[in-house]
Amino acid sequence: MNLLIKNGRVVDPSQGLDAIADVLISDGKIAKIDGHIEGSNVEVFDAKGLVVAPGFIDAHTHLREPGYEGKEDIESGTKAAAAGGITTVFCMANTDPVIDSSILVSGLKERIARKAAVNVEVIGAVTKGLKGEELAEMGDMAEAGAIAFSDDGRWIANSRIFRSALEYASAFDKIIISHAEDETLAAGGYMNEGLTSTKLGIPGIPAAAEDIAVARDIILAELTGARLHVAHVSTKGAVELIRQAKARGVKVTAEATVHHMTLTDSAVVGYNTAAKVSPPLRTAEHVEAVRRGVKDGTIDIIVTDHAPHSFKDKDVEFRYAPNGAVGLETSIAVALTDLYHTGILTLEEMIDRMSAAPSRLFSLDRGNLKIGSRADVTILDLNKEWTIEGRKFYSKSKLTPFEGKRRRGKAAGAIVNGKIVMKDGIVL
Amino acid sequence: MNKAEASLKGRDILDLASLTLKERELILETAGKMKDILNRDMKKEPLLRGKSIITLFYEASTRTRTSFELAGKYLGADVVNIAVASSSVSKGESLRDTLYTLQAMKTDAIIMRHPVEGAADYAAKALDAVVINAGDGQRAHPTQALLDLFTIKRHKKNFSDLKIAILGDIRHSRVARSNIVGFREFGAEVRIAGPRPLIPAEIEKLGVVVCDRIEDAIAEADVIYVLRIQLERQKVGFFPTTREYSRIFGLKERHLKLAKPDVLVMHPGPVNRGLEISPDVMYGDKSLIEEQVENGVAVRMAILYLTLTDGEHLEFAN
Repeated sequence: MNLLIKNGRVVDPSQGLDAIADVLISDGKIAKIDGHIEGSNVEVFDAKGLVVAPGFIDAHTHLREPGYEGKEDIESGTKAAAAGGITTVFCMANTDPVIDSSILVSGLKERIARKAAVNVEVIGAVTKGLKGEELAEMGDMAEAGAIAFSDDGRWIANSRIFRSALEYASAFDKIIISHAEDETLAAGGYMNEGLTSTKLGIPGIPAAAEDIAVARDIILAELTGARLHVAHVSTKGAVELIRQAKARGVKVTAEATVHHMTLTDSAVVGYNTAAKVSPPLRTAEHVEAVRRGVKDGTIDIIVTDHAPHSFKDKDVEFRYAPNGAVGLETSIAVALTDLYHTGILTLEEMIDRMSAAPSRLFSLDRGNLKIGSRADVTILDLNKEWTIEGRKFYSKSKLTPFEGKRRRGKAAGAIVNGKIVMKDGIVL
Repeated sequence: MNKAEASLKGRDILDLASLTLKERELILETAGKMKDILNRDMKKEPLLRGKSIITLFYEASTRTRTSFELAGKYLGADVVNIAVASSSVSKGESLRDTLYTLQAMKTDAIIMRHPVEGAADYAAKALDAVVINAGDGQRAHPTQALLDLFTIKRHKKNFSDLKIAILGDIRHSRVARSNIVGFREFGAEVRIAGPRPLIPAEIEKLGVVVCDRIEDAIAEADVIYVLRIQLERQKVGFFPTTREYSRIFGLKERHLKLAKPDVLVMHPGPVNRGLEISPDVMYGDKSLIEEQVENGVAVRMAILYLTLTDGEHLEFAN
């Protein structure tokens, strides 16, 4: 059956479109966009007062399956994505076993096909077991459909291995995503180093740990001519390094998480393990720099780094709590409230960074509403007022650093391959 | 002081910052009365009869634990000590479950030492019983700070005229974190000194002056507070050797003449004798190290009394 989205404000940065129009979806593709479309024998989604955007893509998610299904699994994680208006997620390889071979990529994709509520792209590991020692079989994994490669959670400290990884993957036209943090400098730290860590007594991780790693990564990207993508940029220094590298033509791209753009290390006060993330939340100065980087395009995309943990994992003393916070069900609301309504990003910029840009970066067939494109659509209610309550999440993890925060804006619908998967926050 | 102005009944004592200046004064004033009990022949005043107190220590401790235990016993409470050799995580039981179990045994107060910052806050949120922080990671040691304030006040008149030098491993020290707050908020000038890698980020924003050499911190000081070098935390190379530390940063007799003639030397213990402080200074006539221990019992008696009762029977000692 066909689907007709009526009376919405259709915003598609890829074709400079921003107009009230109807969108007809047929056979899972965008069939027609026009001021008024009469539909017979179509399902109608009334989008009056809402924004119709290309489906949002989150290039940094942890679905935790296989191995950590107590934290999240493909079904719960992709339902969380649907609930939050995200129509494609990339799942990271730090599962158990680590996704470091083609059979694991294929097996995971097969499970995804059976269980996922939204599109899922699989990221393979760069090194076997994420150990940073031997290259994983990236060629095989690329052929099995891995979208990119990352040892997320760990920096590949061995420069020789990282150089080889960049060179090797580039021959398969794949991007290496680097979790850039010098572990020797970050070791023993549990939050950003600064006045807040000094007051709380929590050992700190200096911003320099990220700057050093980003600098090395960029230098090797320059040496190899390969494509590097810097995950979750959180420091002023890293933003500047990436800005300079781009200016001299290095093939580097970058992402920032919603939480690094909207929260500071003061979220940790009270020893709040929900705000313990990696890299750590930084100070306002860094948040400002990351926002500027996203605004001017130095940082290409916005991600969630949705990293769910169970209550049991996080209900421990601060140091013992694992890093990570959920984000799929809050990213659009937080971005609309703190980035769009505050005037930091225009709606077009926000949609670009969360849909069109990740699609371009990873050469996906989506992230736009052009005729014939895959019909992934996110419907936004820009002004819906609501309060974030973790207990209502579809994710298995109910802990969020945004707990209890009043938000303005929410995803009102999600359409994946022409099918409505979420309406008014309810996953269908 | 009128107890309506400052009552601590039922309050958790997590860090110094959570106590108002009035509340700190009340504790110190009450500790003075407790000290009188301590110095009696019959050191028992059953103000806490029928109360049960558990000391739950996830880190080794001699003086703090014993001090709390005796404080409770001198006031007639039942005190049980639990020493946990390993952290809750490696032991298998979560901290929450341990705390619930202890509370279910009708415990009135849990005195906890724990290697992780914020563990006391976690306990306080989990429990109805009074939680007293006996040291959480590098974060706070409020009863130590109060006993240090108490000790200094017994020797010095105007706290706000004092210059206090804190020497050594500030970075890893919960004692330093609590004492900086205590000393500064009673108006003293505080200088800190130690090897730079042991000075925490942006600490000058807490209103202290950072010196590279202990000589500069000590100059004209009224109090020299020496911290213990936590040898177990030094594996990652914060300074080259203990030999060099002792030579350059250790407090020695010759340093004392840089300070005021009536300077007081303090140390929270246990002392690495000959490392951060030389034996002659440690046992010398400026040293208050033993008095700190005695006062520690008095201050902890005061804290237990004030948090576990409504404070109506304080007249006993007048």
